Amino acid sequence: MIQVSCPWCGPRNSSEFRYVGESKGRPDPNAATPEEWRRYLYVKSNPADWATETWYHRAGCRRFFAVERHTVSNEIRETRRPAAQLRLEGGAP
Amino acid sequence: MSDQPVGSGVPARGVPAIRIPTPTASPNGSRNTKARYPAKYSALSLFTHGLRGRDWPRMWRRHELRPSYDVVIVGAGVHGLATAYYLASNWGITNVAVLDKGYVGGGGSGRNTAIVRANYLTPEGVRFYDRSVKLYENLAADLNFNVMYSQRGHLTLAHNDSSLRTMRWRAEVNKLEGVDTEVIGPDAIKELVPYMDTSDETRYPILGALYHPPGGIIRHDAVNWGYARGADIRGVHIHQETEVTGIDVEAGRVTGVQTTRGRIAAPIVVNCTAGWATLISDMVGVKMPIITHPLQAAVTEPVKVFLNAVVVSGTLHVYVSQTDRGELVFGASTDPYASYSTRGSLEFTEELAGHILELMPSISKMRVLRQWAGLCDITPDFSPIMGITPVEGFLADVGWGTYGFKAGPVSGEAMAELIATGRTPEIIASFDLARFAEGRLVGEKGAAAVGH
Repeated sequence: MIQVSCPWCGPRNSSEFRYVGESKGRPDPNAATPEEWRRYLYVKSNPADWATETWYHRAGCRRFFAVERHTVSNEIRETRRPAAQLRLEGGAP
Repeated sequence: MSDQPVGSGVPARGVPAIRIPTPTASPNGSRNTKARYPAKYSALSLFTHGLRGRDWPRMWRRHELRPSYDVVIVGAGVHGLATAYYLASNWGITNVAVLDKGYVGGGGSGRNTAIVRANYLTPEGVRFYDRSVKLYENLAADLNFNVMYSQRGHLTLAHNDSSLRTMRWRAEVNKLEGVDTEVIGPDAIKELVPYMDTSDETRYPILGALYHPPGGIIRHDAVNWGYARGADIRGVHIHQETEVTGIDVEAGRVTGVQTTRGRIAAPIVVNCTAGWATLISDMVGVKMPIITHPLQAAVTEPVKVFLNAVVVSGTLHVYVSQTDRGELVFGASTDPYASYSTRGSLEFTEELAGHILELMPSISKMRVLRQWAGLCDITPDFSPIMGITPVEGFLADVGWGTYGFKAGPVSGEAMAELIATGRTPEIIASFDLARFAEGRLVGEKGAAAVGH
Protein backbone atom coordinates (compact mmCIF):
# COMPACT_ATOMS: atom_id res chain seq x y z
CA MET A 1 0.00 0.00 0.00
CA ILE A 2 1.52 3.29 -1.02
CA GLN A 3 0.32 6.84 -0.79
CA VAL A 4 -0.05 8.88 -3.95
CA SER A 5 -0.36 12.64 -3.86
CA CYS A 6 -2.90 13.77 -6.44
CA PRO A 7 -1.99 17.26 -7.75
CA TRP A 8 -5.61 18.30 -7.24
CA CYS A 9 -6.79 16.30 -4.21
CA GLY A 10 -3.65 15.80 -2.13
CA PRO A 11 -2.30 12.56 -0.62
CA ARG A 12 -4.58 9.54 -0.93
CA ASN A 13 -4.25 5.75 -0.69
CA SER A 14 -3.01 4.17 -3.92
CA SER A 15 -6.17 2.03 -4.07
CA GLU A 16 -8.07 5.17 -5.14
CA PHE A 17 -5.97 5.36 -8.29
CA ARG A 18 -5.49 3.39 -11.45
CA TYR A 19 -1.94 2.90 -12.66
CA VAL A 20 -2.05 3.68 -16.37
CA GLY A 21 1.58 2.96 -17.23
CA GLU A 22 4.89 4.44 -18.26
CA SER A 23 4.66 7.82 -19.93
CA LYS A 24 5.95 7.59 -23.46
CA GLY A 25 5.58 9.55 -26.66
CA ARG A 26 2.92 8.36 -29.08
CA PRO A 27 3.93 8.12 -32.74
CA ASP A 28 1.76 9.86 -35.30
CA PRO A 29 -1.01 7.32 -36.05
CA ASN A 30 -1.19 8.46 -39.66
CA ALA A 31 2.53 8.13 -40.32
CA ALA A 32 3.53 5.15 -38.14
CA THR A 33 4.07 1.74 -39.72
CA PRO A 34 2.27 -1.22 -38.10
CA GLU A 35 5.64 -2.29 -36.58
CA GLU A 36 6.20 1.15 -35.04
CA TRP A 37 2.67 1.21 -33.70
CA ARG A 38 3.05 -2.26 -32.15
CA ARG A 39 6.34 -1.21 -30.60
CA TYR A 40 4.54 1.77 -29.09
CA LEU A 41 1.76 -0.49 -27.78
CA TYR A 42 3.83 -3.38 -26.44
CA VAL A 43 7.43 -2.46 -25.66
CA LYS A 44 8.01 -0.67 -22.35
CA SER A 45 11.31 0.23 -20.75
CA ASN A 46 10.26 -1.46 -17.46
CA PRO A 47 13.15 0.06 -15.47
CA ALA A 48 14.26 -0.95 -11.99
CA ASP A 49 14.84 2.73 -11.31
CA TRP A 50 13.02 6.06 -11.33
CA ALA A 51 10.18 6.01 -13.83
CA THR A 52 7.80 8.65 -15.11
CA GLU A 53 4.29 7.28 -15.17
CA THR A 54 0.69 8.26 -15.75
CA TRP A 55 -1.82 7.62 -12.98
CA TYR A 56 -5.58 8.24 -12.95
CA HIS A 57 -7.54 9.31 -9.86
CA ARG A 58 -10.32 6.79 -10.37
CA ALA A 59 -12.13 7.23 -7.04
CA GLY A 60 -11.52 10.96 -6.77
CA CYS A 61 -11.26 13.83 -9.21
CA ARG A 62 -11.02 11.40 -12.17
CA ARG A 63 -8.11 13.23 -13.70
CA PHE A 64 -4.86 11.97 -15.18
CA PHE A 65 -1.49 13.16 -13.87
CA ALA A 66 2.23 12.40 -14.00
CA VAL A 67 4.07 10.51 -11.22
CA GLU A 68 7.79 10.01 -10.70
CA ARG A 69 8.16 6.76 -8.78
CA HIS A 70 11.07 4.46 -8.00
CA THR A 71 9.98 0.99 -9.07
CA VAL A 72 12.15 -0.84 -6.52
CA SER A 73 11.30 1.11 -3.36
CA ASN A 74 7.94 2.50 -4.58
CA GLU A 75 9.05 5.91 -3.30
CA ILE A 76 7.30 8.80 -5.10
CA ARG A 77 9.42 11.93 -5.44
CA GLU A 78 7.08 14.05 -7.50
CA THR A 79 3.52 14.20 -8.80
CA ARG A 80 2.50 16.89 -11.23
CA ARG A 81 -0.27 17.84 -13.56
CA PRO A 82 0.16 16.33 -17.01
CA ALA A 83 2.04 18.21 -19.70
CA ALA A 84 -1.18 18.72 -21.71
CA GLN A 85 -2.82 20.43 -18.72
CA LEU A 86 0.19 22.69 -18.18
CA ARG A 87 0.09 23.63 -21.87
CA LEU A 88 -3.58 24.57 -21.52
CA GLU A 89 -2.74 26.79 -18.57
CA GLY A 90 0.13 28.35 -20.50
CA GLY A 91 2.64 27.40 -17.81
CA ALA A 92 4.92 25.13 -19.80
CA PRO A 93 5.84 24.45 -23.42
CA MET B 1 13.33 -12.86 -37.90
CA SER B 2 10.18 -13.70 -39.79
CA ASP B 3 12.06 -16.20 -41.92
CA GLN B 4 13.03 -18.22 -38.85
CA PRO B 5 12.59 -21.86 -39.73
CA VAL B 6 10.21 -23.63 -37.42
CA GLY B 7 10.68 -27.34 -36.96
CA SER B 8 11.64 -27.39 -40.58
CA GLY B 9 14.91 -29.19 -40.24
CA VAL B 10 16.95 -26.07 -41.05
CA PRO B 11 18.98 -24.67 -38.16
CA ALA B 12 17.79 -21.29 -36.88
CA ARG B 13 20.18 -18.42 -37.45
CA GLY B 14 20.06 -17.33 -33.83
CA VAL B 15 21.74 -20.37 -32.30
CA PRO B 16 25.44 -21.15 -32.88
CA ALA B 17 26.09 -24.86 -33.32
CA ILE B 18 27.75 -26.62 -30.43
CA ARG B 19 29.33 -30.02 -30.39
CA ILE B 20 27.11 -32.70 -28.89
CA PRO B 21 29.25 -35.39 -27.26
CA THR B 22 28.90 -38.87 -28.70
CA PRO B 23 27.04 -41.33 -26.47
CA THR B 24 30.28 -43.13 -25.62
CA ALA B 25 31.54 -40.10 -23.70
CA SER B 26 30.67 -40.35 -20.04
CA PRO B 27 28.10 -37.64 -19.40
CA ASN B 28 28.58 -37.45 -15.64
CA GLY B 29 31.82 -36.21 -14.21
CA SER B 30 32.31 -39.40 -12.26
CA ARG B 31 36.01 -38.76 -11.72
CA ASN B 32 35.35 -36.03 -9.17
CA THR B 33 32.63 -37.79 -7.25
CA LYS B 34 33.31 -39.31 -3.89
CA ALA B 35 32.12 -42.82 -3.23
CA ARG B 36 29.03 -41.64 -1.46
CA TYR B 37 28.02 -39.07 -4.07
CA PRO B 38 25.39 -38.97 -5.42
CA ALA B 39 23.02 -40.54 -2.96
CA LYS B 40 20.31 -42.74 -4.41
CA TYR B 41 17.06 -42.10 -2.60
CA SER B 42 14.93 -45.16 -1.84
CA ALA B 43 13.23 -46.80 1.11
CA LEU B 44 16.20 -49.16 1.40
CA SER B 45 18.77 -46.35 1.39
CA LEU B 46 16.75 -44.47 3.98
CA PHE B 47 16.75 -47.60 6.16
CA THR B 48 20.47 -48.33 5.80
CA HIS B 49 21.35 -44.67 6.26
CA GLY B 50 19.30 -44.66 9.43
CA LEU B 51 21.24 -47.65 10.73
CA ARG B 52 24.66 -46.11 9.95
CA GLY B 53 23.74 -42.64 11.15
CA ARG B 54 25.79 -40.94 8.44
CA ASP B 55 25.00 -37.54 6.97
CA TRP B 56 23.48 -37.48 3.51
CA PRO B 57 25.78 -36.00 0.86
CA ARG B 58 24.92 -32.52 -0.40
CA MET B 59 22.44 -32.54 -3.29
CA TRP B 60 24.64 -30.37 -5.48
CA ARG B 61 28.24 -29.28 -5.23
CA ARG B 62 30.09 -25.99 -5.21
CA HIS B 63 32.50 -25.42 -8.09
CA GLU B 64 35.11 -22.93 -9.18
CA LEU B 65 34.05 -20.84 -12.15
CA ARG B 66 35.48 -22.24 -15.38
CA PRO B 67 36.82 -19.64 -17.83
CA SER B 68 34.41 -20.89 -20.48
CA TYR B 69 31.28 -22.97 -20.87
CA ASP B 70 29.33 -24.18 -23.91
CA VAL B 71 26.11 -22.79 -22.46
CA VAL B 72 25.55 -20.24 -19.70
CA ILE B 73 22.05 -20.13 -18.20
CA VAL B 74 21.12 -17.02 -16.22
CA GLY B 75 18.73 -17.82 -13.39
CA ALA B 76 18.73 -20.94 -11.20
CA GLY B 77 14.98 -21.30 -10.97
CA VAL B 78 12.91 -24.13 -12.32
CA HIS B 79 13.32 -22.94 -15.94
CA GLY B 80 17.09 -22.57 -15.81
CA LEU B 81 17.65 -25.78 -13.88
CA ALA B 82 15.26 -27.78 -16.05
CA THR B 83 17.00 -26.48 -19.19
CA ALA B 84 20.36 -27.54 -17.76
CA TYR B 85 18.99 -30.91 -16.66
CA TYR B 86 17.48 -31.75 -20.08
CA LEU B 87 20.59 -30.49 -21.88
CA ALA B 88 22.60 -33.00 -19.87
CA SER B 89 20.13 -35.89 -19.75
CA ASN B 90 18.55 -35.69 -23.23
CA TRP B 91 21.49 -34.37 -25.25
CA GLY B 92 24.64 -35.13 -23.23
CA ILE B 93 25.66 -31.45 -23.17
CA THR B 94 27.21 -31.03 -19.74
CA ASN B 95 29.67 -28.14 -20.08
CA VAL B 96 26.90 -25.89 -18.79
CA ALA B 97 26.79 -23.27 -16.04
CA VAL B 98 23.66 -22.09 -14.27
CA LEU B 99 24.24 -18.68 -12.63
CA ASP B 100 22.06 -17.05 -10.01
CA LYS B 101 22.56 -13.85 -8.09
CA GLY B 102 20.79 -15.42 -5.12
CA TYR B 103 20.19 -19.08 -4.36
CA VAL B 104 18.54 -22.02 -6.14
CA GLY B 105 14.79 -21.48 -6.38
CA GLY B 106 14.86 -18.15 -4.54
CA GLY B 107 12.77 -16.22 -7.05
CA GLY B 108 9.44 -17.04 -8.59
CA SER B 109 10.18 -20.78 -8.48
CA GLY B 110 10.06 -20.72 -4.69
CA ARG B 111 7.37 -18.07 -4.31
CA ASN B 112 4.52 -19.40 -6.46
CA THR B 113 1.47 -21.22 -5.13
CA ALA B 114 2.64 -24.53 -6.64
CA ILE B 115 -0.42 -25.16 -8.80
CA VAL B 116 0.02 -27.32 -11.92
CA ARG B 117 -2.67 -27.48 -14.62
CA ALA B 118 -3.19 -27.62 -18.39
CA ASN B 119 -6.72 -26.20 -18.78
CA TYR B 120 -5.71 -23.26 -20.97
CA LEU B 121 -7.63 -21.38 -23.63
CA THR B 122 -5.58 -21.43 -26.84
CA PRO B 123 -4.69 -24.73 -28.55
CA GLU B 124 -1.00 -23.69 -28.42
CA GLY B 125 -1.23 -23.10 -24.69
CA VAL B 126 -3.14 -26.31 -23.96
CA ARG B 127 -0.66 -28.49 -25.88
CA PHE B 128 2.29 -26.81 -24.21
CA TYR B 129 1.05 -27.00 -20.60
CA ASP B 130 -0.29 -30.53 -21.12
CA ARG B 131 3.22 -31.67 -22.00
CA SER B 132 4.36 -30.04 -18.76
CA VAL B 133 1.73 -31.92 -16.74
CA LYS B 134 2.90 -35.17 -18.38
CA LEU B 135 6.51 -34.43 -17.44
CA TYR B 136 5.48 -33.52 -13.90
CA GLU B 137 3.62 -36.84 -13.59
CA ASN B 138 6.86 -38.79 -14.11
CA LEU B 139 9.22 -36.28 -12.55
CA ALA B 140 9.68 -38.00 -9.20
CA ALA B 141 10.82 -41.20 -10.94
CA ASP B 142 12.95 -39.34 -13.52
CA LEU B 143 14.79 -37.31 -10.90
CA ASN B 144 14.81 -39.94 -8.11
CA PHE B 145 13.41 -37.16 -5.93
CA ASN B 146 10.01 -36.98 -4.29
CA VAL B 147 8.33 -33.89 -5.73
CA MET B 148 5.01 -34.68 -4.00
CA TYR B 149 2.82 -34.10 -7.05
CA SER B 150 -0.78 -34.50 -5.97
CA GLN B 151 -3.29 -34.52 -8.85
CA ARG B 152 -6.24 -33.66 -6.68
CA GLY B 153 -8.32 -31.81 -9.28
CA HIS B 154 -8.60 -28.14 -10.15
CA LEU B 155 -11.86 -26.15 -10.05
CA THR B 156 -12.26 -22.74 -11.69
CA LEU B 157 -15.53 -21.24 -10.50
CA ALA B 158 -17.94 -19.27 -12.67
CA HIS B 159 -20.10 -16.65 -10.98
CA ASN B 160 -21.67 -15.14 -14.08
CA ASP B 161 -22.80 -16.08 -17.58
CA SER B 162 -19.79 -14.70 -19.40
CA SER B 163 -17.27 -16.66 -17.32
CA LEU B 164 -19.39 -19.79 -17.75
CA ARG B 165 -19.18 -19.21 -21.50
CA THR B 166 -15.38 -18.93 -21.32
CA MET B 167 -15.28 -22.14 -19.23
CA ARG B 168 -17.32 -23.94 -21.90
CA TRP B 169 -14.93 -22.64 -24.55
CA ARG B 170 -11.89 -23.78 -22.56
CA ALA B 171 -13.46 -27.21 -21.93
CA GLU B 172 -14.07 -27.73 -25.67
CA VAL B 173 -10.54 -26.64 -26.65
CA ASN B 174 -9.15 -28.91 -23.93
CA LYS B 175 -11.18 -31.93 -25.08
CA LEU B 176 -10.04 -31.36 -28.64
CA GLU B 177 -6.43 -31.49 -27.43
CA GLY B 178 -7.12 -34.59 -25.34
CA VAL B 179 -6.98 -32.84 -21.97
CA ASP B 180 -9.48 -33.96 -19.33
CA THR B 181 -11.58 -30.86 -18.55
CA GLU B 182 -15.33 -30.42 -18.22
CA VAL B 183 -17.92 -27.94 -16.97
CA ILE B 184 -19.79 -29.08 -13.86
CA GLY B 185 -22.71 -27.63 -11.89
CA PRO B 186 -23.06 -26.47 -8.27
CA ASP B 187 -24.17 -29.89 -6.98
CA ALA B 188 -21.09 -31.61 -8.35
CA ILE B 189 -18.93 -28.80 -6.91
CA LYS B 190 -20.51 -29.30 -3.49
CA GLU B 191 -19.64 -32.99 -3.67
CA LEU B 192 -15.99 -32.21 -4.44
CA VAL B 193 -15.65 -29.37 -1.92
CA PRO B 194 -18.28 -29.77 0.83
CA TYR B 195 -17.14 -26.67 2.69
CA MET B 196 -17.90 -24.34 -0.20
CA ASP B 197 -20.98 -22.15 -0.04
CA THR B 198 -22.73 -23.14 -3.28
CA SER B 199 -26.11 -21.71 -2.28
CA ASP B 200 -27.70 -18.86 -4.24
CA GLU B 201 -27.83 -16.69 -1.09
CA THR B 202 -24.37 -15.25 -1.67
CA ARG B 203 -23.26 -12.03 -3.29
CA TYR B 204 -21.79 -13.90 -6.24
CA PRO B 205 -23.63 -17.25 -6.47
CA ILE B 206 -21.63 -20.07 -8.06
CA LEU B 207 -23.17 -21.06 -11.39
CA GLY B 208 -20.71 -23.76 -12.33
CA ALA B 209 -17.06 -24.62 -12.58
CA LEU B 210 -14.43 -25.79 -15.01
CA TYR B 211 -13.28 -29.08 -13.50
CA HIS B 212 -9.82 -30.26 -14.48
CA PRO B 213 -9.01 -33.58 -12.70
CA PRO B 214 -5.29 -33.78 -13.72
CA GLY B 215 -4.58 -30.40 -12.11
CA GLY B 216 -3.16 -30.25 -8.64
CA ILE B 217 -0.33 -29.06 -6.44
CA ILE B 218 3.31 -30.02 -6.11
CA ARG B 219 6.15 -29.18 -3.75
CA HIS B 220 7.89 -26.42 -5.68
CA ASP B 221 11.13 -26.48 -3.65
CA ALA B 222 11.47 -30.21 -4.32
CA VAL B 223 11.12 -29.59 -8.06
CA ASN B 224 13.90 -26.98 -7.98
CA TRP B 225 16.17 -29.13 -5.81
CA GLY B 226 15.44 -32.26 -7.83
CA TYR B 227 16.39 -30.57 -11.10
CA ALA B 228 19.48 -28.99 -9.50
CA ARG B 229 20.60 -32.36 -8.15
CA GLY B 230 19.86 -34.12 -11.44
CA ALA B 231 21.85 -31.53 -13.39
CA ASP B 232 24.72 -31.56 -10.90
CA ILE B 233 25.02 -35.37 -11.00
CA ARG B 234 25.39 -35.12 -14.79
CA GLY B 235 28.20 -32.56 -14.55
CA VAL B 236 26.42 -29.20 -14.83
CA HIS B 237 27.91 -26.43 -12.66
CA ILE B 238 25.43 -24.53 -10.51
CA HIS B 239 26.88 -21.22 -9.33
CA GLN B 240 24.82 -19.51 -6.65
CA GLU B 241 25.54 -15.95 -5.48
CA THR B 242 27.04 -15.22 -8.91
CA GLU B 243 25.38 -12.17 -10.37
CA VAL B 244 25.55 -11.39 -14.08
CA THR B 245 26.63 -7.77 -14.44
CA GLY B 246 26.99 -7.63 -18.21
CA ILE B 247 26.84 -9.70 -21.38
CA ASP B 248 29.54 -9.35 -24.04
CA VAL B 249 28.33 -9.02 -27.62
CA GLU B 250 30.66 -8.75 -30.61
CA ALA B 251 29.28 -8.18 -34.11
CA GLY B 252 25.76 -9.17 -33.09
CA ARG B 253 26.90 -12.37 -31.44
CA VAL B 254 27.22 -13.31 -27.77
CA THR B 255 30.77 -14.06 -26.61
CA GLY B 256 30.43 -14.31 -22.84
CA VAL B 257 29.09 -12.90 -19.60
CA GLN B 258 30.57 -10.67 -16.91
CA THR B 259 29.79 -11.79 -13.39
CA THR B 260 30.63 -10.69 -9.87
CA ARG B 261 33.09 -13.64 -9.79
CA GLY B 262 34.76 -12.92 -13.12
CA ARG B 263 34.22 -13.29 -16.84
CA ILE B 264 32.96 -16.45 -18.52
CA ALA B 265 33.30 -17.02 -22.26
CA ALA B 266 30.26 -18.69 -23.81
CA PRO B 267 28.72 -18.80 -27.29
CA ILE B 268 25.19 -19.33 -25.91
CA VAL B 269 23.57 -17.40 -23.07
CA VAL B 270 20.01 -18.26 -22.02
CA ASN B 271 17.93 -15.71 -20.12
CA CYS B 272 15.84 -17.80 -17.72
CA THR B 273 15.10 -15.04 -15.25
CA ALA B 274 11.73 -13.89 -13.99
CA GLY B 275 11.38 -10.37 -12.66
CA TRP B 276 14.76 -9.36 -14.07
CA ALA B 277 14.10 -10.53 -17.63
CA THR B 278 14.08 -7.01 -19.07
CA LEU B 279 17.21 -6.00 -17.15
CA ILE B 280 19.19 -9.00 -18.46
CA SER B 281 17.84 -8.52 -22.00
CA ASP B 282 18.74 -4.81 -21.85
CA MET B 283 22.39 -5.90 -21.39
CA VAL B 284 22.43 -7.10 -25.01
CA GLY B 285 20.09 -4.39 -26.25
CA VAL B 286 17.08 -6.66 -26.85
CA LYS B 287 13.90 -4.88 -25.77
CA MET B 288 11.32 -7.17 -24.23
CA PRO B 289 7.59 -6.31 -24.23
CA ILE B 290 7.35 -7.00 -20.51
CA ILE B 291 6.01 -5.18 -17.47
CA THR B 292 7.03 -6.51 -14.05
CA HIS B 293 4.29 -6.72 -11.43
CA PRO B 294 4.54 -8.21 -7.93
CA LEU B 295 2.16 -11.05 -7.11
CA GLN B 296 1.41 -11.72 -3.46
CA ALA B 297 0.50 -14.93 -1.70
CA ALA B 298 -0.26 -15.96 1.87
CA VAL B 299 -0.44 -19.10 3.98
CA THR B 300 -2.50 -19.94 7.08
CA GLU B 301 -1.77 -22.04 10.12
CA PRO B 302 -2.11 -25.80 9.47
CA VAL B 303 -5.43 -27.54 10.12
CA LYS B 304 -6.77 -31.02 9.45
CA VAL B 305 -7.15 -31.71 5.73
CA PHE B 306 -10.61 -30.66 4.52
CA LEU B 307 -9.98 -29.21 1.05
CA ASN B 308 -9.26 -31.86 -1.56
CA ALA B 309 -9.14 -29.71 -4.68
CA VAL B 310 -7.55 -26.51 -5.92
CA VAL B 311 -10.26 -23.84 -5.99
CA VAL B 312 -9.99 -20.73 -8.15
CA SER B 313 -12.41 -17.85 -8.52
CA GLY B 314 -11.69 -15.20 -11.10
CA THR B 315 -14.62 -13.03 -10.03
CA LEU B 316 -13.46 -13.04 -6.41
CA HIS B 317 -9.77 -12.77 -7.40
CA VAL B 318 -8.61 -15.63 -5.23
CA TYR B 319 -7.22 -19.15 -5.46
CA VAL B 320 -6.72 -21.58 -2.63
CA SER B 321 -5.36 -25.05 -2.01
CA GLN B 322 -4.40 -27.04 1.08
CA THR B 323 -0.89 -28.42 1.39
CA ASP B 324 -0.09 -31.87 2.71
CA ARG B 325 0.93 -30.12 5.93
CA GLY B 326 -2.59 -28.71 6.25
CA GLU B 327 -1.85 -25.06 5.56
CA LEU B 328 -4.15 -23.17 3.21
CA VAL B 329 -2.15 -21.43 0.47
CA PHE B 330 -3.80 -18.38 -1.07
CA GLY B 331 -2.99 -16.29 -4.09
CA ALA B 332 -4.72 -13.36 -5.71
CA SER B 333 -4.27 -10.91 -8.57
CA THR B 334 -1.01 -9.14 -9.24
CA ASP B 335 -0.42 -5.79 -7.55
CA PRO B 336 -2.14 -3.02 -9.51
CA TYR B 337 1.05 -1.17 -10.47
CA ALA B 338 4.37 -2.21 -11.99
CA SER B 339 7.11 -2.69 -9.39
CA TYR B 340 10.22 -4.69 -8.49
CA SER B 341 9.31 -4.54 -4.80
CA THR B 342 8.58 -7.82 -2.99
CA ARG B 343 6.96 -6.22 0.05
CA GLY B 344 3.57 -7.45 1.15
CA SER B 345 0.62 -5.15 1.78
CA LEU B 346 -2.20 -5.21 4.33
CA GLU B 347 -4.59 -4.31 1.54
CA PHE B 348 -3.85 -7.64 -0.12
CA THR B 349 -4.56 -9.70 3.02
CA GLU B 350 -7.77 -7.79 3.75
CA GLU B 351 -9.16 -8.28 0.26
CA LEU B 352 -8.08 -11.90 0.19
CA ALA B 353 -9.73 -12.70 3.52
CA GLY B 354 -12.96 -10.98 2.47
CA HIS B 355 -13.12 -12.93 -0.75
CA ILE B 356 -12.20 -16.34 0.58
CA LEU B 357 -14.85 -16.04 3.30
CA GLU B 358 -17.48 -15.52 0.64
CA LEU B 359 -16.51 -18.95 -0.72
CA MET B 360 -15.90 -20.76 2.58
CA PRO B 361 -17.46 -18.90 5.51
CA SER B 362 -16.52 -21.69 7.94
CA ILE B 363 -12.80 -20.86 7.91
CA SER B 364 -13.29 -17.39 9.41
CA LYS B 365 -11.34 -18.26 12.57
CA MET B 366 -8.20 -19.39 10.74
CA ARG B 367 -5.15 -17.18 11.08
CA VAL B 368 -2.75 -16.11 8.36
CA LEU B 369 0.81 -17.11 9.26
CA ARG B 370 2.78 -15.20 6.66
CA GLN B 371 2.58 -13.52 3.29
CA TRP B 372 5.15 -12.85 0.60
CA ALA B 373 5.47 -11.59 -2.96
CA GLY B 374 7.20 -12.70 -6.13
CA LEU B 375 7.81 -10.89 -9.41
CA CYS B 376 5.80 -11.66 -12.54
CA ASP B 377 6.92 -10.54 -15.99
CA ILE B 378 3.64 -9.80 -17.75
CA THR B 379 3.58 -9.83 -21.55
CA PRO B 380 0.87 -8.11 -23.63
CA ASP B 381 -0.81 -11.44 -24.52
CA PHE B 382 -0.07 -13.40 -21.31
CA SER B 383 1.96 -15.94 -23.29
CA PRO B 384 5.71 -16.40 -22.75
CA ILE B 385 8.61 -15.27 -24.93
CA MET B 386 10.76 -18.25 -25.89
CA GLY B 387 13.48 -18.93 -28.40
CA ILE B 388 15.93 -16.91 -30.45
CA THR B 389 16.41 -13.14 -30.33
CA PRO B 390 18.02 -10.69 -32.77
CA VAL B 391 21.37 -11.24 -30.98
CA GLU B 392 22.90 -14.54 -32.08
CA GLY B 393 23.45 -16.89 -29.16
CA PHE B 394 21.22 -14.94 -26.78
CA LEU B 395 18.13 -17.05 -26.12
CA ALA B 396 15.06 -16.09 -24.14
CA ASP B 397 12.83 -18.12 -21.85
CA VAL B 398 11.03 -15.23 -20.18
CA GLY B 399 7.75 -13.36 -19.85
CA TRP B 400 6.01 -16.07 -17.87
CA GLY B 401 3.66 -13.79 -16.02
CA THR B 402 1.79 -15.96 -13.55
CA TYR B 403 2.22 -19.25 -15.48
CA GLY B 404 5.96 -19.86 -15.06
CA PHE B 405 6.17 -22.62 -12.53
CA LYS B 406 3.60 -24.84 -14.28
CA ALA B 407 5.66 -24.63 -17.46
CA GLY B 408 9.07 -25.42 -15.94
CA PRO B 409 9.61 -28.97 -17.26
CA VAL B 410 8.31 -28.44 -20.79
CA SER B 411 10.23 -25.17 -21.14
CA GLY B 412 13.44 -26.85 -20.04
CA GLU B 413 12.87 -29.70 -22.46
CA ALA B 414 12.11 -27.37 -25.38
CA MET B 415 14.93 -24.91 -24.68
CA ALA B 416 17.39 -27.81 -24.39
CA GLU B 417 16.24 -29.10 -27.78
CA LEU B 418 16.60 -25.62 -29.31
CA ILE B 419 20.15 -25.29 -27.95
CA ALA B 420 21.23 -28.79 -28.95
CA THR B 421 19.71 -28.90 -32.44
CA GLY B 422 19.62 -25.21 -33.34
CA ARG B 423 15.99 -25.67 -34.39
CA THR B 424 12.97 -24.15 -32.69
CA PRO B 425 10.74 -27.03 -31.50
CA GLU B 426 7.19 -26.91 -32.82
CA ILE B 427 5.73 -26.78 -29.30
CA ILE B 428 7.23 -23.31 -28.61
CA ALA B 429 7.22 -21.96 -32.16
CA SER B 430 4.28 -19.61 -31.59
CA PHE B 431 5.88 -18.05 -28.49
CA ASP B 432 8.71 -16.28 -30.37
CA LEU B 433 9.72 -12.69 -29.68
CA ALA B 434 9.03 -11.64 -33.28
CA ARG B 435 5.28 -12.17 -32.85
CA PHE B 436 4.86 -8.77 -31.20
CA ALA B 437 6.32 -6.84 -34.13
CA GLU B 438 4.42 -9.01 -36.59
CA GLY B 439 1.09 -8.90 -34.76
CA ARG B 440 0.72 -12.67 -34.11
CA LEU B 441 -0.28 -12.53 -30.46
CA VAL B 442 -1.31 -15.72 -28.63
CA GLY B 443 -4.01 -14.37 -26.32
CA GLU B 444 -3.96 -16.42 -23.13
CA LYS B 445 -5.45 -13.97 -20.65
CA GLY B 446 -8.75 -15.86 -20.72
CA ALA B 447 -7.04 -18.74 -18.92
CA ALA B 448 -5.58 -16.58 -16.16
CA ALA B 449 -6.63 -17.92 -12.79
CA VAL B 450 -7.80 -14.50 -11.65
CA GLY B 451 -8.04 -11.06 -13.19
CA HIS B 452 -4.72 -9.24 -13.49
